[in-house]
Amino acid sequence: MRNQLPLIIVFLTGVLLIVTFFIPHEPFGSLEQRFLVWFSIVSGFTMLLGLDSLTRYHLIKIRDKASGWAYSIVLLVGLFLTLGLGFYSWARYQSPFTLGSPFMYLYTYIIIPLQATMFALLAFFIASAAYRAFRARTSEATMLLVAAALVMLGRVPLGGWLWQKIVDLVDLIPGTNLAGLKNLEIFARINDWIMDIPQTAAKRGIYIGIVLGGIAMSIRIILGIERSYTSGS
Amino acid sequence: MITFRIKIWQIFLFVLLINLFLGLNTIYAEENVPANLNAFDRPNDAGKAIVVQWQTIPADTIGSNNFIGYEIYRSENEQGPFEAIGAALKGSGQYEDQTTIDGRKYYYYVKAIFKDTVFSSTVIGPVTSKAQWFNTARINVLIFTIIICFLVVWYIERAKKGDKLFVRRISGLDAIDDAVGRATEMGRPILFSFGLGTLTDVVTISALSILGKIAKKSAEYQTKLLVPNYDPIVMTAAQETVKQSYLEAGRPDLYNENNLPFLTTDQFGYAAGVDGIMLREKPGAVFWQGYFFAEALIMAETAHTIGAIQIAGTTAITQLPFFIASCDYTLIGEEMFAASCYLKPDPQMLGSLKGEDTAKAIIMIIFVCLVVIATIGAILAKPMPIINQISEQLQNWFTAR
Repeated sequence: MRNQLPLIIVFLTGVLLIVTFFIPHEPFGSLEQRFLVWFSIVSGFTMLLGLDSLTRYHLIKIRDKASGWAYSIVLLVGLFLTLGLGFYSWARYQSPFTLGSPFMYLYTYIIIPLQATMFALLAFFIASAAYRAFRARTSEATMLLVAAALVMLGRVPLGGWLWQKIVDLVDLIPGTNLAGLKNLEIFARINDWIMDIPQTAAKRGIYIGIVLGGIAMSIRIILGIERSYTSGS
Repeated sequence: MITFRIKIWQIFLFVLLINLFLGLNTIYAEENVPANLNAFDRPNDAGKAIVVQWQTIPADTIGSNNFIGYEIYRSENEQGPFEAIGAALKGSGQYEDQTTIDGRKYYYYVKAIFKDTVFSSTVIGPVTSKAQWFNTARINVLIFTIIICFLVVWYIERAKKGDKLFVRRISGLDAIDDAVGRATEMGRPILFSFGLGTLTDVVTISALSILGKIAKKSAEYQTKLLVPNYDPIVMTAAQETVKQSYLEAGRPDLYNENNLPFLTTDQFGYAAGVDGIMLREKPGAVFWQGYFFAEALIMAETAHTIGAIQIAGTTAITQLPFFIASCDYTLIGEEMFAASCYLKPDPQMLGSLKGEDTAKAIIMIIFVCLVVIATIGAILAKPMPIINQISEQLQNWFTAR
């Protein structure tokens, strides 16, 4: 029964939520929102589990003088300082999110710049990943390289400038007059075509597969065939 | 002395002009009365709402400075008193009254508000709101849900009866053993991440079954398994999964809860934490399985710099190209959902996979048919407009609401 109970709860909840999708009448209509509220409350309490895990993990690191243990001290000090300032701002300003409160100061001048720094690293990682992905070793990689180069040219001012120079160069050939094509923005048009046709088609194909796979997986979960979430094999 | 001689015909002309002006004003007024007023219960809802519609007035045009907008009035008696319940902007011919009580009768009229005057429509009613027991706009979804459920259950039953079902090779899943073996040979740990997914994401549940398989292998090879977590609920589920796998492998003594810590619920804080763990512990194999956002490439590129073999899998379409570029193997979209069936190929699992594939084939056939009908409709739009109409109706029917 101990193993069966979670499966019964999942089955009943799953079937109920499918039914509520088709029945707007109360009490079914608002059930999904109500369940989401319950989930938010439960997940709020699980933060305590997270806090316990994080604190224990770093205290053990400090105790064992494991590699990088000094950073664990920084983390724990930061964690409890944030928590303390949050409670202080709550008591003093009614809400920790009041502008000018110490918590908001911490958030604005430490957390946001740290997040921005990590996010900014992405630009360098994109460059290094693109370098490896675009090496023309196979015909597929070559196609990827060409497509990527065209999309990039279509999205930056350099593409427009380049096209105008190409037209100027071709116009140097006696008997040709391509001046009218100068404003054609050919790279932008190629970029639009690549993004709208082959890219969208591939993306939608993957997306349809994901949705159907998700439905099949959900049926397996509701019917109790898939039990990995209960740690049962 | 100046004298005015007013002749009869001049008086007649003056009276005529006055009458003409008043007449024009009357026409102007009639034109700007909101016409074709209609009020009805909002369809397919939980009640407590009535939709009021009207035809926009001729003065309701772009650049019309004199016209301000519409005001909607409601009463429970046809004779009034009416009270203003809301307003609609210029260009709008509809208002949803979401303050009704189901079963009560209501009367409505609409005023067109000008800077210097107002024009009121006739009163319409009585109208009552009520909740519906079935959302008819979602009948298409219901039909497809029944078809897909039927196919899945039918193929599960067929598989149970002994039908052999073929599953193609998924190289990303076949490589799990090699990746774990490589990390073991190098004497390095294994790192597994669910990304930013929560347990409400189906893909996270799928990733849990992959984690179970990896944990079992790592227990057999006595290789350390690290699972830094973004969500405390996922952390708890992951801890239980790994503990169970270690138990099944006969090595419960190797299980250490501190190897599956919670890091943070901040996206880039999590990325920084995972990067730090990777740079310190230097894992030999890294698994990215779950739902990822912009942090995906930051983590995958860091894993690449430490020389780890990487197997990724996600349903996040925007992150798939990054994983394909930086990882050794990538499970693309639905392959993630097939993972549990692939790793545990019992009849029930394989049957559900076959059902899913058949549903996909049916949907593809429908797509092709719709494209053909729409193309023929566009080509023969003038001689045979009926095909275009059929195509539009079919498209409307398939549109999810």
